[in-house]
Amino acid sequence: MNEQLAFTIEVFANGLMAGVLYALVALGFVLIYKASGIFNYAQGVMALFAAMTLVGIQNGQVPFSHLINAIFGTDIHKFGWSVHSFLAIILTVFVMIALAWAVQRFVFRHLVGQEPIILFMATIGLAYFLEGVADLMWGSELKALNVCAAEGACLPQGMNMWLEGTTYEALGYGFFIDNLDIVASIIAAILVIGLVMFAQYTKQGRAMRAVADDHQAALSVGVSLNFIWILVWSLAGFVALVAGIMWGAKSGVQFSLSLIALKALPVLMLGGFTSIPGAIVGGLIIGVGEKLFEFLIGAPFLGGATENWFAYMLALLFLVFRPQGLFGEKIIERV
Amino acid sequence: MFYREAGDFSTTYAEDQQTFPIKFDRYRYYLVLFIAIFVVPFALNDYWVNSLLLPFLIYAIAALGLNILVGYCGQVSLGTGGFMAVGAYSCYKFMTGVDIWWGGELLFRLPEFNIFFSVIMGGVMTALVGVLFGLPSLRIKGFYLAVATLAAQFFLVWLFNRVSWFYNYSASGQISAPERDLFGILITGPSTTPWATYLFCLFFTIVSAYVARNLTRGASGRKWMAIRDMDIAAEIIGVNPLRAKLTAFMVSSFFIGISGALFFSVYLGAVEVGEAFGIQKSFLVLFMIIIGGLGSIFGSFAGAAFLVLLPVALKVVGVDWFGWPTDIVAHLNLVVVGFLIIVFLIAEPHGINQLWRVAKEKLRLWPFPH
Repeated sequence: MNEQLAFTIEVFANGLMAGVLYALVALGFVLIYKASGIFNYAQGVMALFAAMTLVGIQNGQVPFSHLINAIFGTDIHKFGWSVHSFLAIILTVFVMIALAWAVQRFVFRHLVGQEPIILFMATIGLAYFLEGVADLMWGSELKALNVCAAEGACLPQGMNMWLEGTTYEALGYGFFIDNLDIVASIIAAILVIGLVMFAQYTKQGRAMRAVADDHQAALSVGVSLNFIWILVWSLAGFVALVAGIMWGAKSGVQFSLSLIALKALPVLMLGGFTSIPGAIVGGLIIGVGEKLFEFLIGAPFLGGATENWFAYMLALLFLVFRPQGLFGEKIIERV
Repeated sequence: MFYREAGDFSTTYAEDQQTFPIKFDRYRYYLVLFIAIFVVPFALNDYWVNSLLLPFLIYAIAALGLNILVGYCGQVSLGTGGFMAVGAYSCYKFMTGVDIWWGGELLFRLPEFNIFFSVIMGGVMTALVGVLFGLPSLRIKGFYLAVATLAAQFFLVWLFNRVSWFYNYSASGQISAPERDLFGILITGPSTTPWATYLFCLFFTIVSAYVARNLTRGASGRKWMAIRDMDIAAEIIGVNPLRAKLTAFMVSSFFIGISGALFFSVYLGAVEVGEAFGIQKSFLVLFMIIIGGLGSIFGSFAGAAFLVLLPVALKVVGVDWFGWPTDIVAHLNLVVVGFLIIVFLIAEPHGINQLWRVAKEKLRLWPFPH
């Protein structure tokens, strides 16, 4: 088999894996946008916050210990226990639900009926606020995230030897694919299917779609807007937690984790803000597109590191021809 | 008591339509200008200039520019950092002489521009780039556009990082301003005097504010506001959206370019593009105009002053008084800024400018409010 072609296929496969992770983050955006019309820039910071909280709970860190130490001159850092991963994840989910409630109660309830762009700016403010709180609460240093079901059964690291072996025997070229990426893709796929099922077949899911369709009509048939909004923010928090675990396990929990939101934005533009399938397809297109572009054009001709902007340029060009994205609802403007 | 128009009769249209129609206000404005030009330069030192006055003046220009685009024309842009970078790098190229290469050979080299004209050229080049990235705004609206401007942000930063022509092939990838003078007085470089840099920036700030104010209350400004309020309706009553949006992008980018050029050449002296002009800068300037007030000239100044003062004030209180570690104060700064953004959006969407206006209304009636 041609070496160059095999290389390209490998890049393609890695792009698909990265695309699944982008789609995972983009999904959080779509959920909130559909139900409340809020374009939640803070989604990336929510992933950071969730991952930091998870690590903090696992290691038994005292929240706000740095601040307490600075104010009172004490020297406390840890409770001295460590919490099992499952329990820690459940506790983190509760924290994210509390956060969803607080965001809804103290911020967006007061902004109902404002223009979308105002809501967008409010979420940028929220992102700053959350980032500061997360740093104050758990400290801003780089942390390693290990999620283990039991001793020795953690999220896998490193490359997949089995896949490399089999492909080497079959094709004469060993494919290099990260174990974690495979796990992440599977989890993301399960999550996506679960969310779609939830939206289609459960009472709350249907109420959520009703709210997304028309706030007032939903209100008039007895759907509680408040509850639905808290629900979607909690769901987005949960998606953020999953994304945070995946990215955190890959490259450690630190500030740059929150920048995945910036990766998800072009995915959304490409797929359309209102469509769950759009988020997934957009994620895959951008994941594959930026890896292939970097490999075929960026690195040899343009000096590399094109991944930062390629997705945006692709989305920008695409939007000029189709302003609502691939799967978005047609934008109809009335005067 | 104050701000009373009683006894202040306008007898011409020009008098009626001036920027400060109330006499008290007008004299206050002259007083502020007088103090800024003739008093402050004698009273300042290095610390004041470098940590407060220069950033304030430079960010005020950027905020004015962004306010024209976002506040007056309603096109949200998150590419401010990238456009400032264009200003900075153009200024650098024109300061050191633009070299044009063709096929590996030097075709010609422009003479080195004076620092004043380099800054202006920074603005001009940014205006061109701004128009280019403003073109999609004709098709894309709302936050689709906001996200699309991020393309400008990331692409421009990458461009200045990777293409070594922009930083004259220096090994560090940084650009640093050589010593340049205006009328024999050093403006850039390590051995400048505080008052010279201050007056240089002040000149640009005053001219920018004057131009911005008069553009926004003229025909072009009214067109921008029509586009902002409802672009389809504006089109129907005869505003050309292509011209209106692109001029807004152009003027706005021009100001932002000038502020980027000053930020690099006069204030920092040496910059690394990802650090100085990253996406954080875009958000910072956007926050300035939200807090200061969208669609107001005074608001741009108030917002810039506020967000320049806040970290310094927090640092003085937190680090110097309480002795907290600097990283905690930096995080606290994030929390406070985010909190204030949300509070302002909820409680006072028109920002500090609106508070100021309400205060003025109160002052007019004080001390007899009926």
